[in-house]
Amino acid sequence: MRKALFTTLLLIAFPLAMQWLGYLFYVSFASRVMIYAIAATSLNLVLGYGGMLSFGHAAFVGAGAYVASILVAEGVASAWIGWPAAVAASAALAWIIGAISLRTRGVYFIMITLAFAQMMFYLVNSMKAYGGDEGLTLPRRAELGLGLDLGNEVVFYYVVLLVLLAALYALHRVVHSRFGRVLIAIRENEARVEALGVPVYRYQLLCFVIAGAAGGLAGALLASHGKYVNPNVLHWLQSGTLMIMVILGGVGHLWGGVIGAAVLLGLEHVIADYPLPWLAQVAPNYQQHASLGVGIVLLVIVLFAPQGIAGLISRKRHA
Amino acid sequence: MSWILILEQSLNGLQFGLMLFLLAAGLTLVFGIMDMINLAHGSLYMLGAFLASTFVQLTGSFLAGVLLAIPATAVLGMLLEVSILRTLYTRDHLSQVLATFALILIINELVRLVWGSDAALPMPAALSGPVELLPGLRYPAYRLVIIGVGLAVALVLYLLVAKTRVGMLVRAGASNREMALAMGVDIKLLFTLVFGAGAALCAVAGSMLAPLLAVQVGMGENILILAFVVIVIGGIGSIRGALVGAVLVGVVDTIGRAFLPILLGAFFQPRVASAAGPALASVMIYLIMAVVLYFRPQGLFPARG
Repeated sequence: MRKALFTTLLLIAFPLAMQWLGYLFYVSFASRVMIYAIAATSLNLVLGYGGMLSFGHAAFVGAGAYVASILVAEGVASAWIGWPAAVAASAALAWIIGAISLRTRGVYFIMITLAFAQMMFYLVNSMKAYGGDEGLTLPRRAELGLGLDLGNEVVFYYVVLLVLLAALYALHRVVHSRFGRVLIAIRENEARVEALGVPVYRYQLLCFVIAGAAGGLAGALLASHGKYVNPNVLHWLQSGTLMIMVILGGVGHLWGGVIGAAVLLGLEHVIADYPLPWLAQVAPNYQQHASLGVGIVLLVIVLFAPQGIAGLISRKRHA
Repeated sequence: MSWILILEQSLNGLQFGLMLFLLAAGLTLVFGIMDMINLAHGSLYMLGAFLASTFVQLTGSFLAGVLLAIPATAVLGMLLEVSILRTLYTRDHLSQVLATFALILIINELVRLVWGSDAALPMPAALSGPVELLPGLRYPAYRLVIIGVGLAVALVLYLLVAKTRVGMLVRAGASNREMALAMGVDIKLLFTLVFGAGAALCAVAGSMLAPLLAVQVGMGENILILAFVVIVIGGIGSIRGALVGAVLVGVVDTIGRAFLPILLGAFFQPRVASAAGPALASVMIYLIMAVVLYFRPQGLFPARG
């Protein structure tokens, strides 16, 4: 609890410090990290607590991003309309996809969620009115009213931070509720929970819908942040990236999504933007190959630290 | 004119489907025998195409280049299996998905380091012209060769799996791994061999398709998902299912791309139709898969009895 409070204070102070130092770019970068943290945290609910290997989470993030963007493009700039609409659309989509997919198990569940996400990817690709495969550029970010200008990086940062903290608190509450206990029990032994008379399917579906809705909110924020959205937010590699973040951070750990998003995006950024002279001497163009490093780190983590970074930290503490 | 067009597009669909089958066959065996999700299968397809491009340049002959690329890819595949993938068999699907996803990133970048982002593999000049199949139906010779190669490989594969001792062991492994182990089958060696064969099939598909598509980094990713769709439709572990699924997906995709815009054009504005047609064709494949999974969760030809 004390650690969470400390982290939160640090996150609140961060943009002020950066503004003072004149590194406003990092405020925007941190917003992006936190948005991905929200998306990864929502996937962590499904993956880590629900034990459902959904390989199509990008569909919900993408649906939220597109609904919010299309509303802005059509002149409905208010975030109070756009963001709830994104959440509702993603929740509805998650309900449809979940209702069908959850009838399958194991590998087939992975594949069918992937198939639905690909369907969405191609549908969005064909929406020529909204950019098709070139994507949709927005004139501005959504408007929040209340005298707050989301175009200001620091204001945007605080809004995203608020959403992230709310998402983490919600995850904490859900996991420790009766609902969460049942969910974890299903993950551990589905047949036993079923035998106890619990409607497993309904619990899993609700979990899937909650996660989809949160993913949609992350998508809406993502579209606002970049003032741009293209079909690649729904590509299966994006679903894979979100999965990586969850695993990297820690499956079924409260902070797993946050740690994973920060480490992965941070790693990419550091490799791409900070040349190391000694490495550049050995391999002159290494910065263009950042994902080689990301791939190797990921492989090592999967092979040698299956509990992720959060798992490493807590294991050290217990040892 | 119309039926010739349909025939031509069906042949295109068959040609694409057969190449998909080559990818799916290796994937379905790996999946069926070891219960292992290998996302890096598409990377072997890419490696096969890049290797073929280099060997064709070195030897100056298309045939020799392709024939060299096949064993080279098989060796790379077996190295991959022995060094990394082998440790993943006992892990859960999540670890397998992530580790092989990491391999995609690594292999993509390594290919970019060695070859650059793309390579050229021109069509052999002797096969670049059309052949008159029927009066009025002139079909590219190279595509006919692909169909021939695909059918031949499918036949060899069938004979290998259905009629030989090794094939029997493979089928035994796919239908019940524990039982096969208990009967004294050296699953480890068998699997390395199967993986090598799968990689070789990837190289065949990669190098044959290369003159038609582009040889570039990332070429394996989209076709990999199609191959997964194929094996899920066909039933995991079943070669016959992979063949049926691949031809189905190939034909639906190709015919859909060719005719859906025309069909939609009857109802919508041409601009809308030309945009929505190809997308709808792509969606249709996944729709077929969702429907098959919903009604027959084990696929059309389940391998496990």
